[in-house]
Order: sequence, then C-alpha cells, then structure tokens
Amino acid sequence: MEAFTTLDAVAIPIDQPNLDTDQIIPARFLGKPRDMQVSALFHDLRYTPDKTPRPEFVTNMPAYGGAKIVVAERNFACGSSRENAVTVMVDNGLRAFIAPSFGDIFFNNCFQNGALPIRVDAARAAELRGLLRASPGAKISIDLAAQTVTGPDGKTDRFEIDSFRKDCLLQGADEVSLTLGYDKDIKEFEARQRQEMSWL
Amino acid sequence: MAAARTMFEKIWQRHVVVDRDDGYTLLYIDRHLMHDGSAAGFAKLRERNMKLRRPDRGFATPDHYVRSDSRDVADIVDPHHRKLVEAIRTNTAESGVTLFDLGDERQGIAHVVGPEQGVTQPGLTLVCGDSHTSTHGALGALAFGIGSSEVAHVMATQCLWQRKPKAMRISVDGTLGEGITGKDVILAIIAKIGTAGAVGHVIEYAGSAIRGLSIEGRLTVCNMSIEAGGKAGMVAPDDTTIAYLKGRPFSPKESEWDKAVAFWRTVPSDEGATFDRDVSLDAASITPMVTWGTSPEDALSITGRIPEPSTAPDTAKKDSMKRALDYMGLVPGTPLEQVPVDRVFIGSCTNSRIEDLRAAAKVAKGRKVVIPSWVVAGSGLVKKQAEAEGLDKIFVEAGFEWREPGCSMCVGMNGDTGKPQQRIASTSNRNFIGRQGPGVRTHLLSPAMAVAAAVSGHFADVRKLA
Ligand code: SF4
Repeated sequence: MEAFTTLDAVAIPIDQPNLDTDQIIPARFLGKPRDMQVSALFHDLRYTPDKTPRPEFVTNMPAYGGAKIVVAERNFACGSSRENAVTVMVDNGLRAFIAPSFGDIFFNNCFQNGALPIRVDAARAAELRGLLRASPGAKISIDLAAQTVTGPDGKTDRFEIDSFRKDCLLQGADEVSLTLGYDKDIKEFEARQRQEMSWL
Repeated sequence: MAAARTMFEKIWQRHVVVDRDDGYTLLYIDRHLMHDGSAAGFAKLRERNMKLRRPDRGFATPDHYVRSDSRDVADIVDPHHRKLVEAIRTNTAESGVTLFDLGDERQGIAHVVGPEQGVTQPGLTLVCGDSHTSTHGALGALAFGIGSSEVAHVMATQCLWQRKPKAMRISVDGTLGEGITGKDVILAIIAKIGTAGAVGHVIEYAGSAIRGLSIEGRLTVCNMSIEAGGKAGMVAPDDTTIAYLKGRPFSPKESEWDKAVAFWRTVPSDEGATFDRDVSLDAASITPMVTWGTSPEDALSITGRIPEPSTAPDTAKKDSMKRALDYMGLVPGTPLEQVPVDRVFIGSCTNSRIEDLRAAAKVAKGRKVVIPSWVVAGSGLVKKQAEAEGLDKIFVEAGFEWREPGCSMCVGMNGDTGKPQQRIASTSNRNFIGRQGPGVRTHLLSPAMAVAAAVSGHFADVRKLA
C-alpha cells in the first residue's frame, strides 16, 4: 500500500449530501476488472443517459484537472460496502476526502487503500466548497503527521485521526501483517471459545 | 454487582482478542458469509499466498450476478460476471468453505440464506462483504458489512480491527395497525432520524412493537439499519428467536442446543443498561410508507402528498429536494396515491422471505396486475415453501412473473434493470439514483403495498384493498 504523508493538490467540491457509493461507481461496473472501472468514476453524474458529458459536473470542468482531494457534504459515500468506491477514486488520483461525516464502511475502506478521510465541521466544509467553487483549481494542503488541513484561504484546521490508522497510513503498513503478529492471542481466543461455545 | 450492559456491549466484550491503547480492538469473527462479489477477497488472499484461517466459519452463496430466469451459470451473458459466479465454486472448493450453489435449493441471497440455515445465531459476530449484513442482527448477532480488503483480512486472520461504535436504542412501543409491516416501521424510523441518523452507532431495536414482530419482520427492520447510517442493527433474542432457530440445519443439536439456548438467554441488554442515544416512536402512528425521493429518508405516508421544496428548512435541503424531484419526475403537492407506477419488483434481502410473499399473495389473490410485475423469492427454499403453499399460483394467475432467487432488480447487477424514467415500486432498500438502472425511478415500500400498486397502476393504500 502506498504511504500517505502530505498532499498539496487541487480539490473538487461536491455539494450533494448523502452522496452514495452507487453515485461514485454504479453497480453495473463492479464486476469488471479494476482497470476497466477507472472511467466509471461518478459515471451517471458525469454523463446523461445518452452518454453526453454534463458540463456542470466538477470532474468535467478542465479547471479542476489533476485534483487529488474531494471536499464533500455530510454522509459522504454512504450506502453500499463496495470498496470499488475507494479504489476508483484512488485510481483517478483522488486520495483525500474531506466531509462533515462519512458512510462507516467507506471510511474504513479508505485506510485499506492508502486514502485519507478527514472529518471537519459542517460549516468549514461548506466554506471550503465555496472557496473551491469561487476559484476552480484552488489547492488544499494536508499534512497527516501534523494532522492539519490548510484551505485556499490559508486557514489551517487540525483534524482528529486514530493513531492506529495514522501510523498505518504514514508507513503504508498492511493490516494483515500487523494482525499476524497477534497470532498467539488469536489462538488463545480460539481455545477459550472452543470451551465456552462448543456448539460453534 | 457488575454494571448493566447492553447486548452490543456483551457481544463485543466476548469477542475481544486484543485491546490496544490507541482505542483499536482486534475482534474475533464467528461467521463469515460470502457471495459472488467475494472473489476480490479470495484474490487478495492468493496474492499473499495465504489460506483461509477458518474455512469452517465461512458460508457462501452466489446472489448478485445470478440470472433470475435461469439456474445455469453458462447463461450469464457478461463474461466478467460469469467468471465471478464460477469463481465462488472454485474458491470454496479449494478452501473448504460451505457453498450453497446455483441449482441447490439452499442457494439465495446471502442475507436470506444465513438465518434460514441457522448459520446466524444470537451472541455471535458475523460479517459479509455487503452492507446489508446488518440484517442478521435480527437474531441477536452483531453483524455488519465490510469492504473487500477487510474480507481478505477476515479470511486470513478470522479477526478485524475495529474501533468500538456507540450504542443507540430505537424503541417502537404500542401496537402496529392492520397491514403495517416491518418495512413501514423501518421507513418511518429512517424518515424520522435521517440517513445519517445512526452514523457511528450500533442500533438496538426495542419496544413492544419490535418484540411483536416475527423474525422475518425483524430481519426487514435490521436490514435497513445501514440506510439509517448505522453500523449494525439488532434485536434481543427471545422465545421467537429460539423457536425460529430450532431444527435449522446449522443450529446446534441435542445437548449443544441446550447449552446454546442457555447462553442466548444471557445475550439481551441488562435491565437499566444505558445507551449513548435513545429514540422512540409510537407504533400506532405508523402508516404504510412509500419513498418519494432518491434517499431512503425521503419516505412518507401513502396518505401524504409529494413535498414542496419551499418548505425545506434551508437552501441546501431545498436544492437537494429539487434535484430529487427532478430526477423522480414528480410535481410537488401531488397526492402519492395519484402517482402512476410503471413496474413492480417484489424481492431483495429486505423483503423476499416467506412471510413477505404470503403478505403479497394475500393482496394479489383474485386480482390482476396492470403493469409488469415480478416476484423474486429470496432463496430456493423460500420459493419451494411458497410453491407448497400455492402462492406461486396466486401470483401467476394475477399476472406476476415468478422468478428464480437472487438479488435481481434490487441492484440490477445481473442485468435485471428498468429503463430510463421508468417508475418502479420496489420492496428493496435503496432508492438511489440509477440503482435499478440509469435514469430509473425507484420507490421503496412493503410487499403488500407493492401489490396494491401492481393491481392499481399507481400507488395505493393497501388498507383500502383489504
Ligand atoms: S438483495 Fe440488494 S441489497 Fe440485498 S444483498 Fe442483494 S443487492 Fe444487496
């Protein structure tokens, strides 16, 4: 997994609350190989049913080209557990998501793919989106070690992240290897469970 | 005396393998359900050259990509999809995971099959690479959906790293009116608390109306916990739960049964246990519900009218209402009962169990559908049971199509999609934009209400058809 340390990049604003993972990648693309999914990002938001690009959708605006950050509304990426919602964004270069709240499963899935979800309060998220709309192509910078997000207005906010998640991201560490280090504890648990819940 | 604990707390504590100082817990997972979308997890495991730690704890069935008009894998048109359904065979055969395959009457939607087979039991932790895993909480398990990296993690270690969620109680007290189902209850709950209402929480559904629900009704309620933003939803195990589990293929047997029941009796929340949040609803106030928008919280009573964006509390809400109404092709102020429907889908892990089909058949009996309407049973066993009761005949005589088990039009991954602008009355759980196909307009409702729409050609109050 690619480590995440700092990011200074163009950010796109997404204003819809409850933007679900079906909007990030529609279900009909899920069974395809990962490289065939890349172009499916925000598919039905970007294109009309007859495949015409919608000029008003952010990722269709050249000014936001090269974006690596998304600033979204509340309950971003709720809905289906599809991890493709993270991977399709990562494969399109988007690695940090800033929103007042997230769908739980999406939030967890980010850390498995070297992506960083950041919770900020709703007012600041709205302010950031306003700034990004006002000057398309404006940058946001993120420093994971310092736990800060700096907006285009130069204002810096500190964000919270669990030290466990932070360390894994900073090192690009893999959770499975970490867990295997606890093999003795898992074995002890299993032995105890065999005694206590013998019907399983 | 030990402090009073919630059911969630008890199950959590019982499954802690390691508690780290940084707030992370390595949690042991008792059951892992797999489906045709779990191929990604197996692939990740293979990349690392690892084997499944506990194949005996895994159960698999293909559901998302299977056809609803054929049981032959070779008939799956899309080669990528066909490969996923084939992969579940090879992956389970190689690893030793129990498979309920296509053609086996036990095959069906994972969340229908787990409880039906007795794989889902009180007091257990259960995961699946699917968000509606919350369904299984209806039997008093802590069950939640995970992504494919976590699926691979569970395959490799039988554990997951978790931060402890908060506990929330939603109590529904009183008596539900005639014709009011678990689906109406959960839609009313989501309309009240919103789709982000339970983010970060495990919900315990409590109160006399919940206790009065059958297991099928509880499964429907817990199923949509994720639509309320919850990590999981659960109902305390009671006599109804124990009676349901008795004699199921994977339920404990003989002396083990008694041991298990004794344990299950200890699972419910202690008297006086406190929750981080408490919400309550009056059962008598719940009416048949239908969604009008593109989020499950956009639900209203069948007696209501399409809402006016001008009544929204703020501009953001107003804009999102306008967007939803525009997508849905609806005019504010229209009585719901006057909204025409083009198509009906009865199925999905929310509402495809035998009780759902009985409720639907009761309304369908002696009537005729006026729009294309499908019934897709949740599993082969549900289908068989319905046929034994003659429900299939009622449906077919009424003009419904009686199809083969799977997710089908809930998500349309198998090709069962609607056409752009088609308005579908659906018993599934998500009315998201494009969920049932690009441009399709989905309205969520109960099976009986879906039949009312099918025979009327517009939304209709099932209570008037009784
Ligand atoms: S029936 Fe629908 S919601 Fe349930 S598992 Fe299948 S696709 Fe998901």
